[in-house]
Amino acid sequence: MVSPVGAFAAPVITDAAGLGVLVAALGVDGRRVIGPVCRDGAVVYEPVTKLSDLPLGVIDEQDAGVYRLKKTGDSRYFAHAVGPQSWKRYLFPPRQSLWSARRRGKGFEIVKDTPAPAPEYVFLGVRACELAAINIHDRVFDNGDFADPGYLARRGRALIVAVNCTRAGGSCFCASMNCGPRAEQGYDLALTEIVGDGGLRILIETGSERGAAIMAGFEAPLADKSDLAAARDAVRIAEEGMGRKMSQGARKALGKSLDDPRWDEIAMRCLSCANCTLVCPTCFCTSTKDLTSLDGKTAERQRVWDSCFTLDFSYIHGGSIRRGTAARYRQWITHKLVHWHEQFGMSGCTGCGRCITWCPVGIDITQEARVITESFVKGG
Amino acid sequence: MAAGKKPRLAVWKFSSCDGCQLSLLDCEDELLAVAEAVEIGFFLEATRAQVAGPYDISLVEGSISTPRDIKRIQKVRRQSRVLITIGACATSGGIQALRNLSDVDAFVNMVYAHPEFISTLATSTPISDHVKVDFELRGCPIDKYQLLEVLNAALNGRKPDIPAHSQCIECKLSGTVCVMVAQGIPCLGPVTQAGCGNICPGCERGCYGCFGPKEAPNPAALSGRLLELGMDLRQTRHFYRSFNTNAGAFRDESARLESIDG
Ligand code: SF4
Ligand code: SF4
Repeated sequence: MVSPVGAFAAPVITDAAGLGVLVAALGVDGRRVIGPVCRDGAVVYEPVTKLSDLPLGVIDEQDAGVYRLKKTGDSRYFAHAVGPQSWKRYLFPPRQSLWSARRRGKGFEIVKDTPAPAPEYVFLGVRACELAAINIHDRVFDNGDFADPGYLARRGRALIVAVNCTRAGGSCFCASMNCGPRAEQGYDLALTEIVGDGGLRILIETGSERGAAIMAGFEAPLADKSDLAAARDAVRIAEEGMGRKMSQGARKALGKSLDDPRWDEIAMRCLSCANCTLVCPTCFCTSTKDLTSLDGKTAERQRVWDSCFTLDFSYIHGGSIRRGTAARYRQWITHKLVHWHEQFGMSGCTGCGRCITWCPVGIDITQEARVITESFVKGG
Repeated sequence: MAAGKKPRLAVWKFSSCDGCQLSLLDCEDELLAVAEAVEIGFFLEATRAQVAGPYDISLVEGSISTPRDIKRIQKVRRQSRVLITIGACATSGGIQALRNLSDVDAFVNMVYAHPEFISTLATSTPISDHVKVDFELRGCPIDKYQLLEVLNAALNGRKPDIPAHSQCIECKLSGTVCVMVAQGIPCLGPVTQAGCGNICPGCERGCYGCFGPKEAPNPAALSGRLLELGMDLRQTRHFYRSFNTNAGAFRDESARLESIDG
């Protein structure tokens, strides 16, 4: 039985069977557990009800424009890195109805319906870079000037079970963004998988009262010093195996390189397809659509994910202001790495590497930032 | 739309397979509402009854491929307040525009016992090459929800919600995993306009480009990737030459690839 230390519980150690018990315990009381599952050649975030839903022994080989799942004999359930989706799909869904209206005489009236209560999600397998991304969205969607009630309701109810990465993906560079691979805060529970002679062991750390409440009914021995050291070592392997890194000084260099010839060179390769922005866990741009019923009696306003890579997105009176792809790519990367700091007091990039892997032509944010930073340093 | 008289709708066919018109009849659940909202003036696939023009909305299916088509489309335009073209044939010339790359007389002589009875043009071209078009609805065939949206917008005097962005955006919105990145399957999605509802990527196949080029596409960059994925120059060129072979960006890219191939 766990003895509480301070406000929360002390770390415990369990095995695969214990993880199964935990997965079942997470899904009670009307909570909906969303976690990693294999579908269509990728690890995606979908409902999970039992241990066997998780991708046991599955790793993802990732590089610019390439993602391949491989089944291995690995005993870990979380040996994969991040996939094409992020938790933004649940906290900030692709399509949201904002309000609807009914025609009344020559005008209209807003339909006041009570919104359904936000689902109580449990996010299982949230990586350090994803905690950082959620933290960024917390800022974006509640920043003093503007608060998004839908986001805040879903976020407030969500329970976060983090996983410390013990294997880095080929596109990961969270270490150089100070966003991982270890989850430091912002979780209710955090798991670390340790592979040893005796098979898989899992360290469970508790980071909140809600996490402690879940652990209250969970039978497991306390972790000892050697368990904690083994967990640290396992995460260090991920840190050392990270294939990419962001150039130091990129923020300053990019902000001062708006005329760099590299932008035009990127535009030759870039498809302006918008994949990079849609897979990014922090990109939050949307467009607003007004729809009507055929008879014109009712109307609805929707908010739908959009991207700075479309022509329509920057359409204002007279036309689009970012017609060329060079201007659109530059807008995206400088917003992420430069202007986000001014706007929200933090970087817009966590180093998750999704935009690198899921770009169909493999355009790599770390490489583009490096090339421009180097030419800036050289006096460009 | 002002209360009182219902807007009069006409549906016209040029060189085409009829599939796009069928999409209108395929709107089973919404068909009654459409019939409530408009007066069907001319729609031979649905009814023999004909009401003379002018028409408030004309839907035009098919490409211009005969001398007779050229005359007839002028007449349709004159009778139509709003003219909306529907489908790959009407918006780009259709798959029959493959003839634009070949010798039509040679085909005619080869295929028909009496070629002298065949009256055809050397090219198949979109309606917009011949008359002013108010809105183009893409697809082979068109998507019924997009068709309803265009009709709905026209009836309610608002802008239709028909994005010109990439198919990739549709895939990402619906959670479809990218077949090119995750499986190395060649896909035209990054240069193709969204709208079909993810039919092919949703079944783990690459996009065939039925909805034609997206806004400001970069097919040369995509071709480079298709070649890396193992397509040869000929296959890559043919990838662009299907339902929208004559759509500007696809036509130019296939011609470029042909010139490299020699
Ligand atoms: S950088 Fe890659 S993913 Fe992003 S718009 Fe360009 S081609 Fe698409
Ligand atoms: S910019 Fe790229 S690496 Fe950074 S958070 Fe977004 S998807 Fe991840």
